[in-house]
Amino acid sequence: MSETGGTGIGASVRRKEDVRFITGAGNYMDDINQPGQTYAVFLRSPHARAKILGIDASGALATPGVVAVFTGADLAADGIGDLPCGWLVKSRDGSDMIQPPHPPIAVERVNYVGEPYGIVIAETLQAARDGAEAVVTDFEDLPAVVDAATATSGDQLHESVPNNRCYDWEFGDQAATEAAFAQAAHVTSLDIVNNRLIPNAMEPRAAIGCYEAASGDYTLYMNSQNPHLERLVLAAFVQVAPESKLRVVSPDVGGGFGSKIFVYAEETAVTWAAGKVRRPVKWVADRSESFLGDCHGRDHVTHAELALADDGEFLGMRVATTANMGAYLSTFASSVPTYLYGTLLAGQYRTPAIYVEVQSVFTNTTPVDAYRGAGRPEATYVVERLVETAARELGMDPAELRRRNFIQPDQFPYETPVALTYDTGDYEASLDRALEHIDYARFAARRAESEALGRKRGIGFSSYIEACGLAPSQVALSLGAGVGLFESAEVRVNVTGSVTVITGSHSHGQGHETTFAQVVSEKLGIPFENVEVVHGDSGRGDYGLGTYGSRSIAVGGSAIVKAADKIIAKGKKIVAHNFETTDDRIDFEDGVFSEQESNRSMEFGEVAFAAYVPANFPLDELEPGLSEKAFYDPGNFTYPAGTHVCEVEIDPETGTVEIVDFVAVDDFGLIINPMIVEGQVHGGLVQGIGQALLEHGVYDESGQLVTGSYMDYCMPRADDVPSFTVDTTVTPCTHNPLGVKGCGEAGAIGATAAVMNAVTDALGVKELAMPATSETVWNALGGSGAASGAA
Amino acid sequence: MEVTLTVNGADHTLDVPDNALLVELLRERLNLTGTHVGCDTSQCGACVVHMDGRAVKSCTVLAGQADGADVTTIEGIGTADALHPMQEAFRECHALQCGFCTPGMIMAAIDLVQTSDDLDEAAVRDGLEGNLCRCTGYHNIVRAVLSARDNM
Ligand code: FES
Ligand code: FES
Repeated sequence: MSETGGTGIGASVRRKEDVRFITGAGNYMDDINQPGQTYAVFLRSPHARAKILGIDASGALATPGVVAVFTGADLAADGIGDLPCGWLVKSRDGSDMIQPPHPPIAVERVNYVGEPYGIVIAETLQAARDGAEAVVTDFEDLPAVVDAATATSGDQLHESVPNNRCYDWEFGDQAATEAAFAQAAHVTSLDIVNNRLIPNAMEPRAAIGCYEAASGDYTLYMNSQNPHLERLVLAAFVQVAPESKLRVVSPDVGGGFGSKIFVYAEETAVTWAAGKVRRPVKWVADRSESFLGDCHGRDHVTHAELALADDGEFLGMRVATTANMGAYLSTFASSVPTYLYGTLLAGQYRTPAIYVEVQSVFTNTTPVDAYRGAGRPEATYVVERLVETAARELGMDPAELRRRNFIQPDQFPYETPVALTYDTGDYEASLDRALEHIDYARFAARRAESEALGRKRGIGFSSYIEACGLAPSQVALSLGAGVGLFESAEVRVNVTGSVTVITGSHSHGQGHETTFAQVVSEKLGIPFENVEVVHGDSGRGDYGLGTYGSRSIAVGGSAIVKAADKIIAKGKKIVAHNFETTDDRIDFEDGVFSEQESNRSMEFGEVAFAAYVPANFPLDELEPGLSEKAFYDPGNFTYPAGTHVCEVEIDPETGTVEIVDFVAVDDFGLIINPMIVEGQVHGGLVQGIGQALLEHGVYDESGQLVTGSYMDYCMPRADDVPSFTVDTTVTPCTHNPLGVKGCGEAGAIGATAAVMNAVTDALGVKELAMPATSETVWNALGGSGAASGAA
Repeated sequence: MEVTLTVNGADHTLDVPDNALLVELLRERLNLTGTHVGCDTSQCGACVVHMDGRAVKSCTVLAGQADGADVTTIEGIGTADALHPMQEAFRECHALQCGFCTPGMIMAAIDLVQTSDDLDEAAVRDGLEGNLCRCTGYHNIVRAVLSARDNM
């Protein structure tokens, strides 16, 4: 990646936040304690589906140190509402999706293993655990529905949801798509399972609810990706406390990947309970609870077809998906397999007709919601597996088939048949660069070398696109979103000229304290060290929509630029007043305000001081102070895109897949800090590779999570993955002030298909279930080291 | 039970429950919250500290077992003004994002460098397989350890 020196835009500035993290001074949730705090342990269902016949808490209440035991009935009696889903999707017949009741703490029934149905609060964690052990609960166990593919014919889980179907959604032009298939020379079809993943941010979720009796104020400390949104939902929908009486603080957060977006039972319950016991209530998940209680990701079953002309031109695409929602609709669950999935099926291609049907179903499993990429990895997997398979079936080079169908640079803005307008891109540039890095020309020779050693080598591509910078509020609201998706920023110039930036974005590893400071330092021409970025506290910033969907720099960063522009405009007025001229005669560059055609100028710091020491300001025209707020609502999504290429070698004796080379060439638009961007790509790639080769959330037929610990759920470790070749091409985003597109999810979106295309290429099979563990691969080889050739 | 130990050069005698873990003693009694807990099956390495010069998972050591031991935590290897070469390398190579795995990763990496000759990329990856990181994809962690190897 290209890099400039210094600390401005384009420089790989070392991160401000690192010193506290590498010296052990980070302030994560479990490091926070409140005077007089109590400890909460949740009672969690051991059954996938059961009626709660009775809860006897007398043993718990008699346990030394136990302060209180609450059940779902206690919250319900207090008017605590259901956990809502914030995105209304409509079925093809125009009816609304069906949202079953979701009490934070189960009242009459439990619907997945790990679902909370009570809370024990005690003086110590040990006493809370002992108390929880002493609760006797009478369950009537019911048969569970686990498999999404057959869920519509299973027992009905929620009274209000016939056939366990949440919605039956369609998108695209069905007639045009059928017509395209009717004239196709070739149709490629695939059956695809997008395996369930468990996010596993390294810091478990945690919350401390606090209540101040004198004021009636609640404070909730929690590790949230969007503290303001949490406050909004808890206040407006769940009704734990009025918005003005609830402050949500999200300190240093140890990773999120989507799992810390959602409004969950636990933080709701500890906040409410703090008001009941009139003491702070602290809960920290142990890892086993994280496996059961954090929303899972993906879990689609899909049949997909691509229609092609005999020269390889794409004519149409038809996709039918069943998406598993788990037991309830989580905060954004409904949008993930619809508007974040169906709209991405054009990929980087000119496919003229696309039709997609998605039915979402409930099962007795942990709720499923956005996980890094959220819908876009699933879409990319469908498109890129189809394209690669089509190339093989037509005997064409997979890179060339892509090139033939790419949207061309002169076709932007490009309207896809699935409702998006791509603003800019150059897909061949990324493909070409990737081919160079992987040395595609010599692949055949490398494959021959591997073969000579008895190994199978394969190569796979993934030319992905994503819609990021979530989201233009107007578009999101018209598609069913319950909130706008703008971002807010405040730039406060302090009297001494230092600057405090308050952003509604949240950083849980992304390095905003550094990147945003680079932007402001460059915009205002002040030293990087003089810029302090504040985030994660609804008590310090007005509002914010938080961090997900690769939106922070594109939307949050743009809001900061907008606020900084207002600072400059105000500064010009102050300078104009000082020089007794008009502000249109003042220029601003590199931190200096200067008068045109004169040698008079003022430094940024002098202007700040003048703003707060307002000598004879004309007060009806010019207010004292230098602090500005801005809300930025994007005009469109951004469209990061790129090509990932994976080369694998398989040992037929063991079925072990080794990634011998991985190249990622991405177009993120302009880049603020190349070092941080590369790091985001690396991390995403390993999550994508993890899905392809290692990770799988598995339930048995009774609905028990079989992969509920690090002993059973295979997380990528350092020796499972390679080092990467990461590069970028640049087409600046056309509709935001920084020209940026966002980079947080690209790795996880692109990598999975590249790996599986490489593995199937090496094996010579059409389809292979993820994860491609050595057992799966060995079986695909006929269990004998010889390829069976069967799909 | 009573436990006497040295932590980051300071001597402590503490009365702890028999089943207390070393990580609990460090975090809750000595307020050394740089050592983290990321799992309950001894699999993630967020809790790694040095005990008598060796890397141990402090979630898997009873406080009682540390009686008489010399323990070093992330807080004991360097300061903001005088970073340990491994800390410096992590910062320089962008080997951390959220920072939650970082203290354990750094402590494990120091032990790895100190106890191996001929550390190459494969050996670093092998040596760190007991430490999970969900953010970095390990690429920059490996770079950092290899660069610290040359400065330690
Ligand atoms: S906390 Fe995970 S290994 Fe110790
Ligand atoms: S930096 Fe976040 S887990 Fe490693």
